[in-house]
Amino acid sequence: MNDVILSRIAEALTWTGRYVERADATGRILDAYLHRLLEDPWRDEDVACRSLYAILGVDAGDTRVDMQQVLDQLAFDARSTCSIEGALGAARLNARSAREAVSSEMWECLNSTWHALADQRMAARRTGPYAYLELVRRRAALFFGLADSTMSRDDSWRFVVLGRSLERVDMTVRLLSVRVLDAPHAPDWPTLLSASGADEAYARVYGGFGDTARVAEFLIMDREFPRSVLHALTTAEECLAALGRPRQDPARRPIGRMRTRLEYQDSTALEDVLPSLLRELQTSCMASAEAVAEKFFPYQGPVEWAQEGA
Amino acid sequence: MADIFDAYALADAWDEMFERPGEVRAAYEPVLAALQPMESAELRFKADQMARAFTDRGVTYAFAGEERPWPLDLVPRVLDALEWDLIQRGVAQRVRALEAYLADAYGPCRAFEDGVVPWRLLLNSGHFHRAAHGVEPPGGVRIHVAGIDLVRDEAGDFRVLEDNVRVPSGVSYVIENRRAMTRIFPSLFAEQQVCPVDGYGQRLYAALRAAAPDGVGDPRVVVLTPGPSNAAYFEHALLARLMGVQLVEGHDLVCRGNRVWMRTTRGEMPVHVVYRRLDDDFLDPLHFRPDSVIGCPGIMSAAQAGNVTLANAVGNGIADDKLLYTYVPDLIRYYLAEEPVIPNVESFRPEEPGQLEAVLDQLHQLVVKPVDGAGGQGIVIGPHADKATLDRVRKEVIADPRGWIAQRPVALSTSPTLAGERMAPRHIDLRPFAVNDGSDVWVLPGGLTRVALQEGNLIVNSSQGGGSKDTWVLAEGPAGGPLPEEPGAVPDVAPRQLGPDGERLVPQEGAQQQ
Repeated sequence: MNDVILSRIAEALTWTGRYVERADATGRILDAYLHRLLEDPWRDEDVACRSLYAILGVDAGDTRVDMQQVLDQLAFDARSTCSIEGALGAARLNARSAREAVSSEMWECLNSTWHALADQRMAARRTGPYAYLELVRRRAALFFGLADSTMSRDDSWRFVVLGRSLERVDMTVRLLSVRVLDAPHAPDWPTLLSASGADEAYARVYGGFGDTARVAEFLIMDREFPRSVLHALTTAEECLAALGRPRQDPARRPIGRMRTRLEYQDSTALEDVLPSLLRELQTSCMASAEAVAEKFFPYQGPVEWAQEGA
Repeated sequence: MADIFDAYALADAWDEMFERPGEVRAAYEPVLAALQPMESAELRFKADQMARAFTDRGVTYAFAGEERPWPLDLVPRVLDALEWDLIQRGVAQRVRALEAYLADAYGPCRAFEDGVVPWRLLLNSGHFHRAAHGVEPPGGVRIHVAGIDLVRDEAGDFRVLEDNVRVPSGVSYVIENRRAMTRIFPSLFAEQQVCPVDGYGQRLYAALRAAAPDGVGDPRVVVLTPGPSNAAYFEHALLARLMGVQLVEGHDLVCRGNRVWMRTTRGEMPVHVVYRRLDDDFLDPLHFRPDSVIGCPGIMSAAQAGNVTLANAVGNGIADDKLLYTYVPDLIRYYLAEEPVIPNVESFRPEEPGQLEAVLDQLHQLVVKPVDGAGGQGIVIGPHADKATLDRVRKEVIADPRGWIAQRPVALSTSPTLAGERMAPRHIDLRPFAVNDGSDVWVLPGGLTRVALQEGNLIVNSSQGGGSKDTWVLAEGPAGGPLPEEPGAVPDVAPRQLGPDGERLVPQEGAQQQ
């Protein structure tokens, strides 16, 4: 019976996956930066904050910025979907409009998270944002865990995972871009790894030594690490392959091309091609997301007003 | 130590739990025994927990622009098997009579010819839709779902207060109330045989499939909602989930060639039955309000062509018009040749010659209701109204006698309800839900009991600050509790594999035996 899924629902599910992933990634990035700032008193707060804004694509303005402003804007601002609270609010609204497609437990997870955020936000003003950021990470993990354990592996689930994967590529590429393209504002490697939740996984593979080539290789090309670009691209491509039938799938093509390119990329030459590679990754993801929207969520054409039959 | 029922003073009405002060009715004995030893702090704690759970799960309603947890009182309302039998028969009878009336009014009009109901009642009704005339619904069903509001009067007799056969809402709260109560008072359910309410989704789904146009092998059913901003959206989503069908909004549907399709990621798919949760007026901008953006243009033509079934049918409003209500006992006698199982509340028709003056004379002693009001809106309770209100209503009734009915005030029965630290009597009503699949009218055992949370208040709607109670229908049968289960064979379950804990070893792969 439920072999099909409404276009509107598919769109809502994709964005639910995207927004939860965005909240999670933003929380990790903020946490890593805050931690770094506190551990290293010689760092310049303004520079570090500007680098954060650059990663998340938000305009920092001309005046000096401090951590409180960053938190207000990137964590607590409910009006912007670039902030944690905005992203979780948008995820909740999307899940709400797709309530018969997501499981009750998933919806309750997002809804109770939304209600819990207000308290944690107040606490964050007194005791710092760690508990808040931790809550966000835990609830995002819970949400995707529930998606994995309570949804059938049908198209609904694939749209959630597709949204999450596209957002994951986007966030990892953003993090790397700031390091590669915008050196003066750049985060150091350990911050970058922990902002990707990859510090421990990286250490297990390479030991504790970070250098540009290895960290970039790990975050972009590692097959096993679920937040690596290659892994996320592979997942997105699998979803699209299962969702779509035509051979020439404009949603799948840009993703598949990038995935193949990464698979055969010579890792010793990675550093040289990094700037162009990151740009291509970003445009490919965008092209794919647009093609997905065009193919699966065709915007409700003009209403047909002609009187039928009667 | 004070007990929470200490200060319980019976009001001037039938009390559901107590026959006389301190004398509990038999059906309520276990409930009282469970609640009485509790301290108010414990009850408060349970109530808070419940509100929290409702908020987290999104079981909320909008009150004064604010999202509030669904108000469920901790004291259930209990109906014994005999009481339920009466209600169930009365509700089903009412639905059958109203079905017959709709078929008649949109067909041969016998009741009008025979003078049972005056013609003007039909012709003046704002809900009479020519579009519905001559449409023969599959199985003859126009009322797929009904909610009949009942009250219990001073003598303890049930009376019908009004019929809802357009888009009756509230059944989701019956299901949610039960779910919450079984979590808060698990032991109470273990001790008593309370009829379950979770069969509703299946019954509804079966009835909707049975309503599909002829010749459709595997009908596709959808629930049509105005969208997340609608106050009952929670209910729409729950029903869709219980039935495992799509919850669609107007723009998810498209009509072409007098058929209805829904837009999916795999193209357009045909739709055969639409359980619509929006009013006639918003359903199809081509036929009704052209400014409606939540409907689906063309759906009415598809229904007229017999390619899609709308549940409930368009035009049902003529059957739950409050003026028609006053004729329902006659309709039961006329169509079914039966006596009404549950009587009406004594009512007057200002539009009828001679009755207007009688109503105006005793306005201060009557309840006056607009015939198409919903949610308790516009109701004026004479004995509680001030002079200015009475004067205003007097003018309105004179200006439009067809728009109003008047009723004897009924002191609705009361039930103990947690008010602050203590139990206090509060007025309640009951909305049982009926599902008609064409061969049988099934009534969900239970229904929504609404409670007026303010002392003395007689209006129980949640939109007016009312609360709710879980409604228990006790099953018939031996009082000794459920029969012991037959001893069965012990299931043959493989021993659990244990991890390496230093003593046990995990069986090697290949050496495993089932």
